[in-house]
Amino acid sequence: MAKVKFDQVEYYEHDQMLQIDHRPPAADWMDTPVEFRPGSWIYPGKAKHLKYLELPNPRDWAVTDEDWKLPENWKEIILKGIRERLDKFRTFKIFMDICVRCGACADKCHFFIGGGDPKNMPVLRAELLRSIYRNDFTTAGKILGKLVGGRPLTIDVIKEWFYYFFQCTECRRCSVFCPYGIDTAEITMMGRELLGLLGIYVNWAIEPVANCFRTGNHLGIQPHGLKDTLEFFADDIEEATGIKVKIPMNKKGADVLFVVPSGDFLAEPGTFTCMGYMLLLHELGINYTWSTYASEGGNFGLFTSNEIMKQLNAKIYAEAKRLGVKWILGGECGHMWRVMHQYMDTLNGPADFLEVPRSPITGTVFENARSTKMVHIAEFTADLIKHGKLKLDPSRNDHIRVTFHDSCNPARGMGILEEPRYILKNVCNNFFEMPENTIREQTFCCGGGAGLGTDENMEMRLRGGLPRGNAVKFVHDKFGVNQLCAMCAIDRATLVTVCDYWAPGVQVTGIHELVANAMVFDGENERKINLRLAPVGKQEQEEDSNNV
Amino acid sequence: MKAAISLLVVLVLAGFAYLGTEVLHWQALFGVVFPYVALLLFLGGLIWRVVGWARSPVPFRIPTTCGQEKSMPWIKQDKLDNPYTTWQVIGRMLLEILFFRSLFRNTRMSIKEGEKVVYGPTKWLWLGGLAFHYSFLVIIIRHLRFFTQPVPYPIELLSSLDGFFQIGVPVFYATSFIFLGALGFLLLRRLFIPQVRYVSLVNDYFPLFLLLGIGSLGFLMRHIVKTDIVGIKELSLGLVSFHPHVPDGIHYLFYMHLFLICVLFAYLPFSKLTHMAGVFMSPTRNLANNNRALRHINPWNPKVKVHTYEEYEDEFRDKMIGAGLPVDKQPEAAPVSGSDNKGEE
Repeated sequence: MAKVKFDQVEYYEHDQMLQIDHRPPAADWMDTPVEFRPGSWIYPGKAKHLKYLELPNPRDWAVTDEDWKLPENWKEIILKGIRERLDKFRTFKIFMDICVRCGACADKCHFFIGGGDPKNMPVLRAELLRSIYRNDFTTAGKILGKLVGGRPLTIDVIKEWFYYFFQCTECRRCSVFCPYGIDTAEITMMGRELLGLLGIYVNWAIEPVANCFRTGNHLGIQPHGLKDTLEFFADDIEEATGIKVKIPMNKKGADVLFVVPSGDFLAEPGTFTCMGYMLLLHELGINYTWSTYASEGGNFGLFTSNEIMKQLNAKIYAEAKRLGVKWILGGECGHMWRVMHQYMDTLNGPADFLEVPRSPITGTVFENARSTKMVHIAEFTADLIKHGKLKLDPSRNDHIRVTFHDSCNPARGMGILEEPRYILKNVCNNFFEMPENTIREQTFCCGGGAGLGTDENMEMRLRGGLPRGNAVKFVHDKFGVNQLCAMCAIDRATLVTVCDYWAPGVQVTGIHELVANAMVFDGENERKINLRLAPVGKQEQEEDSNNV
Repeated sequence: MKAAISLLVVLVLAGFAYLGTEVLHWQALFGVVFPYVALLLFLGGLIWRVVGWARSPVPFRIPTTCGQEKSMPWIKQDKLDNPYTTWQVIGRMLLEILFFRSLFRNTRMSIKEGEKVVYGPTKWLWLGGLAFHYSFLVIIIRHLRFFTQPVPYPIELLSSLDGFFQIGVPVFYATSFIFLGALGFLLLRRLFIPQVRYVSLVNDYFPLFLLLGIGSLGFLMRHIVKTDIVGIKELSLGLVSFHPHVPDGIHYLFYMHLFLICVLFAYLPFSKLTHMAGVFMSPTRNLANNNRALRHINPWNPKVKVHTYEEYEDEFRDKMIGAGLPVDKQPEAAPVSGSDNKGEE
């Protein structure tokens, strides 16, 4: 048997992973250099992607190299970059000044909980940057230096930033507890932008960015490939339901542009959620269209820089305008909705060529989206159910005992908490909540958001996934929960690993997979199998219990 | 070590005031010049700080949402934790500033039986913080009796409420004990909770020792070493009426107390204590989560290079046509198989 490597789950012994010491070491953190342990960092961005995106200092290098091949005037670049950002972002300036280090955030970070590295306490993650700010941008720091918490900017500081700003998933859980609302995501974003000025990116974020710029989606699926993918889904849908769904693509004159995270095109179980969308929109007879040019709702620019976020996001409105749609509907995704909800209109608006979204089925006008003109599909579907427009047979999901994982961004950067629950309770008979400190605004990250969900980072993914996995295990043991529903493509990709490791026996699903499985369609065949082409409803449960 | 340095600095400052008044007799410096300078630094510094923050724009509206957003009418919005209107934002800010809403949520994580991560509520930091800030506020208001003649009724009322228990002569104020107790708690948790100790700087211990010094000296003067209240009031009234006058015979403890207060005021705008002003301006708290309803403008919204649809189609046109996808522009005279398969409009 081949030797198990650090990018494989099997490499990590359960018992060892649970030996977590949350007490910091004796040595001062400023005197503790970063140790690049395999499994806890991400490969750097390849030169070809940086070149394609016209980003600075494209070169091929390795994190473990002594010399990171930085530009000669790297220090000047960073200090100038900090100055610029202090002048551009009030958040950055205030968050550098007002932290009192009360420690309320310390045990709120999933990486600290699962790993115990003190520099993963949000307060200390910010101090990594704040110490430089003090040293070079405050009078006291310039004079008193280390005595008042300053430290000089060195190459080791840059390496430390790289390590810890790519050990933050920008989930904002700490920001919920901070008495001043200091948002570590904002600090991490600044840190990553600064690293970017030196050409330091992680490949797992910058390759999707380059792909998205060129092909319209992170995965680099070309237009004909996307058509094949959706047709393949349509075949499976027909097998499961007997219904042949239409696949409108790049259709001018559609009413609605539909945008989803491309993760839903790629791999199970996200693909089942995608099939769910297709069935729902087909059944309702919505005049909608997919776009190959704007085939990505997600935006890894959010994890890279505000400029890149804008570059990628620009396609959404541009395509809506070109196709002449009335409004935009968005699929189930986490960080995509942070961008769509909190950034898109500011970045690329005003969307004055679109109409205020109105459900053609219920007539509901989505006033809360009257400027951005983009509606979350959970809002859309909850409205349908509320108005009795979907024929549902929740017993078809009776073999599923489901819990709901609030994704970080929709929870803390939007607040879409009730809609998904309302839908789930209508399409499933067995819904159970995880403990209250692990859901809603206090929800835990999957451990793989913000560009960290890659296999070479497996140790950190598992550690960061511990709090979530542990809560899942709790409801699995207590209520027999066997599916975790997540409204996010990164969740659907990474939580499979987390659940297998920390809560074995729990599968991952999306809302619209469960919706479609519960829907009674006109002209459907007798529903014996669901979208996973597995037996429907109680039968499977009985089979399961027979198997046990 | 960092705590010891901070304590030492406070002791040196207090010693300086003792030396300055008891040995060198610089009463005018400590009684008049320093208070005015401190006040100027406080006001000027705070304005400079707040204006500095205000000069940086808020490019994006990024409230941290801590409850259900406003969406459809039949879904109950959490108006205070996820505000949609300005009034709701004011409500959220009031909760935050008056009751430390976010800190109230605090939890404490622990790992039970080696594998169960559990989160229990913990209100100690919230309680300690609240106790310190409110007792400090009451003490400041109480002190206004030294700056007013006659003393306005509300101040007298507050003082008598504070001395409600009528113990001792002069009566002990409840806030004196709460203030010192809360500070002691905040100091002890900083010293003894390993994670908090690990992140603490001199900048964190110094204000605690400074405030403890100020409070202890005040307590000492009121209850143990009786000082010349009449003289002190004469001095303070002189300061506020801009006719400063230093009466003889004021105890050096008073000058130590006053000098440490001067240091606190002068230090505040240039330290983490500016959270007092900063909390009002924190963009994750003071903005409404109405992003999709109301466009937020970024004053420096950058021009960026985008990959246009035309460029995209130019690269993939043949493949699109081959797959039967509609295109905006037909290829020029290039007979591509499947080119008759025009997209529907």
